[in-house]
Amino acid sequence: MAGADRARQAISPSSREFAGARLYVLPALLILLGALLLLSLALGSAAIPLDQILRALLGGEADSPAWTNIVLKFRLPKSLTAMLAGAALGAGGLLMQTYFRNPLAEPFVLGLSSGASLGVALIVLTSGGVGGALLAGLGLAGDLLLTAAAGAGAALAMGIVLLVALRVRSGVTLLILGLMFGYLVSAMVSLLLYFALPERIQAYINWTFGSFGGVTVEQLPILASVTLGGLLLSAALIKPLNALLLGDEYARSLGVDLPRTRCGIVLAVALLVSAVTAYCGPIAFIGIAVPHLCRGLLASADHRLLLPGTCLTGACVAICASLIAELPGNNLVLPLNVVTAILGAPVVMVVVLRRARGIA
Amino acid sequence: MTAPALTTRGLTIGYRRRRKGDLVLARSLCLELARGRLIGLLGPNGVGKSTLLRTLGGLHPALAGRVRLAGHDLARLSPRALARQLSLVLTFAPQPALMTGYGLVALGRQPQSDWLGRLGDVDHAAIAWAISAVGADELAASPLAALSDGQRQKLMIARALAQEAPVMLLDEPTAYLDLPRRVETMQLLKRLAHSAGRAILVSTHDLDLALRSCDQLWLMSATGVVTGAPEDLVLAGALGETFDAAGFRFDQDSGAFIQASSPGRLVCVRGGGAQAIWMRRALERSGYALSDEPGAINVARRNDGETGWKLTIAGRASAHSTIQSVLAALEDGGA
Repeated sequence: MAGADRARQAISPSSREFAGARLYVLPALLILLGALLLLSLALGSAAIPLDQILRALLGGEADSPAWTNIVLKFRLPKSLTAMLAGAALGAGGLLMQTYFRNPLAEPFVLGLSSGASLGVALIVLTSGGVGGALLAGLGLAGDLLLTAAAGAGAALAMGIVLLVALRVRSGVTLLILGLMFGYLVSAMVSLLLYFALPERIQAYINWTFGSFGGVTVEQLPILASVTLGGLLLSAALIKPLNALLLGDEYARSLGVDLPRTRCGIVLAVALLVSAVTAYCGPIAFIGIAVPHLCRGLLASADHRLLLPGTCLTGACVAICASLIAELPGNNLVLPLNVVTAILGAPVVMVVVLRRARGIA
Repeated sequence: MTAPALTTRGLTIGYRRRRKGDLVLARSLCLELARGRLIGLLGPNGVGKSTLLRTLGGLHPALAGRVRLAGHDLARLSPRALARQLSLVLTFAPQPALMTGYGLVALGRQPQSDWLGRLGDVDHAAIAWAISAVGADELAASPLAALSDGQRQKLMIARALAQEAPVMLLDEPTAYLDLPRRVETMQLLKRLAHSAGRAILVSTHDLDLALRSCDQLWLMSATGVVTGAPEDLVLAGALGETFDAAGFRFDQDSGAFIQASSPGRLVCVRGGGAQAIWMRRALERSGYALSDEPGAINVARRNDGETGWKLTIAGRASAHSTIQSVLAALEDGGA
């Protein structure tokens, strides 16, 4: 009976709900995110003192009107974009890793970003021929069209992956199919590139490098509303996601409506990936690395902690990547995908190696 | 007698196949799962025990017929309503990373909890009770990755208990457990059935344990499902019919399967006690037929004061200290 008493102590009311999790990580991440946000507003080609930034943010005027302008018109949209993109890609990766029960599943690897790229390529590369004035002339409509095309591409890719996953149980097969799907899409994009106008090609290539800086104050609401929609839907999926940790059949036996949950996950991931990919380019490694990083930090498998955790971690990682890409004190800006690859690839390698040794 | 918790009418189970026609595993089953009973599902490998359990549990569509659960058509129940009526334990125990034993059992409260899966005092009480019931108190705080298959399976059973559904279906839950745990688990299920009034259906290959602990057996073979009290089924020879395979037959006296003795050479073992019992088993195992009358080959305890055996083959006697030595001598000399 001594064992039972000890166990009852271990399951004290405060800790039993999230047994073993490091709950303090969430507020710590929030503080870190705030600090990184201020840092990203302060650093750049011109360093701006913190008190000036705060004044500009709180609706006042900085000592120099240029500073107010830089903070509100350029750096703030860019930082907010980075935060939204990081949160969206991190949450999208979490949803896919849980649903496919595969640590390497994420929007980029399984071809969702490729699907979105195809949508974007179709719009960007063919609009020259079909109606070049469309995007330039109708600002908002063009943006919405681009987002919708990326969303349709991502949803299509996710739908295909899901259909395959219903028939194929092997995670490796799924990853290879996702990879092949990516190649197929690349081939189609190459075909489009081959026949496109040179300036369109340049625009498309620049887009594929990835950047948080291209989103204007006017475009930000579209990005924000689509992404927040995806995050809200993800929040509604928290309970079925927890059940899915035990596999489809146990989830069903715990009362999860599988077809509805699958549709919810496809829709949520498509929302999370589409707007971000349309505006920031196909960003690699954040979706795969952030959920692993977050699980490691929180030491929990509970999505009630992991979903806010991946959003915060993703936002922090994206701001860091954006800061590094800008090489503070320099006018040169590195392609974002270069930085995310350098930050993310080692995380993925560690995960793969740990799995090979049977730890994760 | 109250109404059964689960009934099937004309239930046909199997798999839909597009080209070769449906694969039917059992046809027109009319079964009843009574409340307060532990029912064992027995049958040879591949006969469709898992498919039957999965069909009754709503994981697999029936080819024809219907399952009624608590007065509702199973196919029409929402997943959540079904989960409140019926809990499942499957053969495999999943191993999600970074989850504790407590967290796993807590998932059993999903059918009762709100949209976020928040737990109240009632839920925590149910979880703690379920963990204690399977004797897994010391596993509650451990990460699942650190546990054995058997320990994880125990927690999966606790998770099903925490679900507090009146019907429980278990697919070979004891497959990974050691013998004492198997007995313990079956005793636990029996207790739950009797005291909590649950209807529990458990598939197992552990014939002896099923005969000793189940209130009723469902014997599944290619020809259908036969139900009844274990003892009735034994006496009616149903167990033999279900399982009889080449080389084995069901022995009604011992309630176990024994190797059917091919017409081997007759050996007479004289004497009683444990020594003689195990000598007879060794001979049976090695393919000899046992005879009560002394014949060409006789085995007896040594009567010259030494311990060991005296083997007489066609009048020639030899002394042996172990059973192994007797068997070896039979192999050489008797040939």
